Amino acid sequence: MTPFPDLRQTVVAFFAALAAVSFAAFADDIQDANKLLKSGQPQQALERVNKVLAANPKDPQARFLKGLIYTEQGNTKEATDIFLGLTKDYPDLPEPYNNLAVIYASQGQYEKARGFLEQSIRTHPSYATAYENLGDVYAKLASQAYDKALQIDSANPAAKNKLALVRDLVGGTATATAAVKPVVVAAAPVASEPAKAPTVVAAVEPAKPAAEKTIAAKPATTGNADVLETVNAWAKAWSSKDVDGYLAFYARDFKTPGGEARAEWEKARRQRISAPKSIAVSVDAPKVSIVAGGQTASVTFRQGYRSDVIKSTSTTKTLVLAKSDGHWLIQQERIGN
Amino acid sequence: MISLRSAWPNLAAALLAFASISYAAGPATAPGAVLVNAPADAGPEIALAGVLEAIDANRLDLATQRVEALIAAHPNFRLAHLILGDLLTARSRPLETFGNVPKTVPREKVEDLRAEALQRLRAARDRPNADQVPRYVLQMSADQKYALVVDSRRARLYVFENVGGRPQYVADYYVTLGKNGMEKTREGDQKTPIGVYHVTANLPRQKLADFYGAGAFPINYPNAWDKRLGRNGHGIWLHGTPSDTYSRPPRASDGCIVLANADLEAVSKNLQIDLTPVIITDDIEWTDAAVLESERKGLADAFEAWRVAWENRDSDKYLGYYAARFKSDDQDLAAWSEHKRAVNASKSWIKVAVSRLAMLQYPRENFVVVSFDQDYRSSNLSNVMRKRQYWIKEDGRWQIIYEGGE
Repeated sequence: MTPFPDLRQTVVAFFAALAAVSFAAFADDIQDANKLLKSGQPQQALERVNKVLAANPKDPQARFLKGLIYTEQGNTKEATDIFLGLTKDYPDLPEPYNNLAVIYASQGQYEKARGFLEQSIRTHPSYATAYENLGDVYAKLASQAYDKALQIDSANPAAKNKLALVRDLVGGTATATAAVKPVVVAAAPVASEPAKAPTVVAAVEPAKPAAEKTIAAKPATTGNADVLETVNAWAKAWSSKDVDGYLAFYARDFKTPGGEARAEWEKARRQRISAPKSIAVSVDAPKVSIVAGGQTASVTFRQGYRSDVIKSTSTTKTLVLAKSDGHWLIQQERIGN
Repeated sequence: MISLRSAWPNLAAALLAFASISYAAGPATAPGAVLVNAPADAGPEIALAGVLEAIDANRLDLATQRVEALIAAHPNFRLAHLILGDLLTARSRPLETFGNVPKTVPREKVEDLRAEALQRLRAARDRPNADQVPRYVLQMSADQKYALVVDSRRARLYVFENVGGRPQYVADYYVTLGKNGMEKTREGDQKTPIGVYHVTANLPRQKLADFYGAGAFPINYPNAWDKRLGRNGHGIWLHGTPSDTYSRPPRASDGCIVLANADLEAVSKNLQIDLTPVIITDDIEWTDAAVLESERKGLADAFEAWRVAWENRDSDKYLGYYAARFKSDDQDLAAWSEHKRAVNASKSWIKVAVSRLAMLQYPRENFVVVSFDQDYRSSNLSNVMRKRQYWIKEDGRWQIIYEGGE
């Protein structure tokens, strides 16, 4: 069980991103260490990581993993130092900021957590994990403020109920995923943008055209063919790195995930979709529900994503679409149900 | 994923609807103008209004920054924490109301803070008009440096400086009053009295429990008028706030007038024991200075005529200033008249000198409390005393309904 159940950590995306920049020679050690950590053998994982670091002390992937191991072991001082070091050496990576925030939040230092999450988001404006964590941190800060306002002792049971309640409500769209696993958004691969990535160059072979193929959605019993067709076409445009085609699927009143201006959001998406040499997006097990007299649809599916720099991620995604001139356009895009 | 922007108007709407503030009302509320100058040290009301205006302008960060500055200035300001809670909540989900705390929190706790917000925001909006004075302060004596006037409807205490005997507005402060309202009549009724009082002592912080904060100044409830009406109870004080809070809700005391500690300290600098009037009203009547001056002159003329008639030992004219319902502490008009006629007749001369004259209109009543030092000399008796009379204007004539020593 993770020591920080209420704050989601990003792990997968970081490794996926850094896999591209690590020395190939150590890739296996890092992968093994990662597996060991996941299987509850942090000490063995640490030994592998230290082996990598002995040969290559600057290796960001190994350092990040070491930070994670220390975090899991409750060695927060060491973990903090490592993540802070990473933010200095790789200021454009959002994950170390995010994990620093997780550590500070676990210590009740929500103001610090807030600062790091905001930095994480400044680095990557549509970094969903940081947004979700920031939402939690704001809720905690709000709860503290209300405690002070109403002179409620947070140590008493009523206050605990109150906190739990706030968390549930704030979780909103994210609760389903929060309970499961670390969530990675499709947007997260941004970490591997060449311009911002660590200096080491990836020794990755260009992806084969076959990898770009979009996996067609299975017909859903509850589905509406039009809606599914739109979602598949959206995924296909994304996979083909057809940015204009991809952006055309978004309604004029699309709610940008961070509340940023449409132009900003488009710019970020354009960068992210252009950056990898190849992308493959899949839509699996879609469930469609149509509401508002057939004018609004909600589609929840497992989104698979991989690129030449991201090995593979899978996440639950929900698209809310609205019908406009006979076409379905995306109004909202979020992680979770 | 969180949409920040969509939450702002909800918060602003909740606050604005709550405070009933119309931004179309006046030039002072033009959004561009207010956003630049609302420092936290301008007083909590102005600072709160600045927070609200930032919210109204969709400047969530500015609003947060301002409320945080307010909290830095007053760390125990619960209302500011509540608003900060709302601003933070608004970043993760839309607000349903001002004070958007979880439903598990007792509503009255939030209602108290809402009531305080309302009073403070009203005070920021409704500033005293420079041309207007409270109707009550007709004449201050030369040695009374300041007068306090409390308005319960606005949960506000106004400080006026004595400038040539006339009140001049200096400052006003948020106050907490009796939890059961106004017009105290009985011991333990947890109401604040309405009337003209003065502070009677200075109880320093060191001698008090933390509950009374920075200090306490008892007032002379029940005064002569209260006693005449059979009112009882005691221990009505002006005092400060416990150390765990910056302020208390508008209606929360057992009848005392409670100020924030910094405010009490500011006010206490101006207080003179047994001198400073404390006029407690449920709704201040404001009037033009010219109207008040004309009222004052009418009473001053009648008072002077009363003094001259007494000096002249003209008992008919002198007693003509006493109303049919006159009562001293132990005499009605008939007994008083008989006594005064006998005394005046026994003298070959009388001199009455008056100094330190003060005239204060009694709230809710039609009479004016006239206090003065009376230096009485006569052919066979002299004395000096502080005297108090209640004058009332009936059918266009000023008359005395009460007279006694202080």
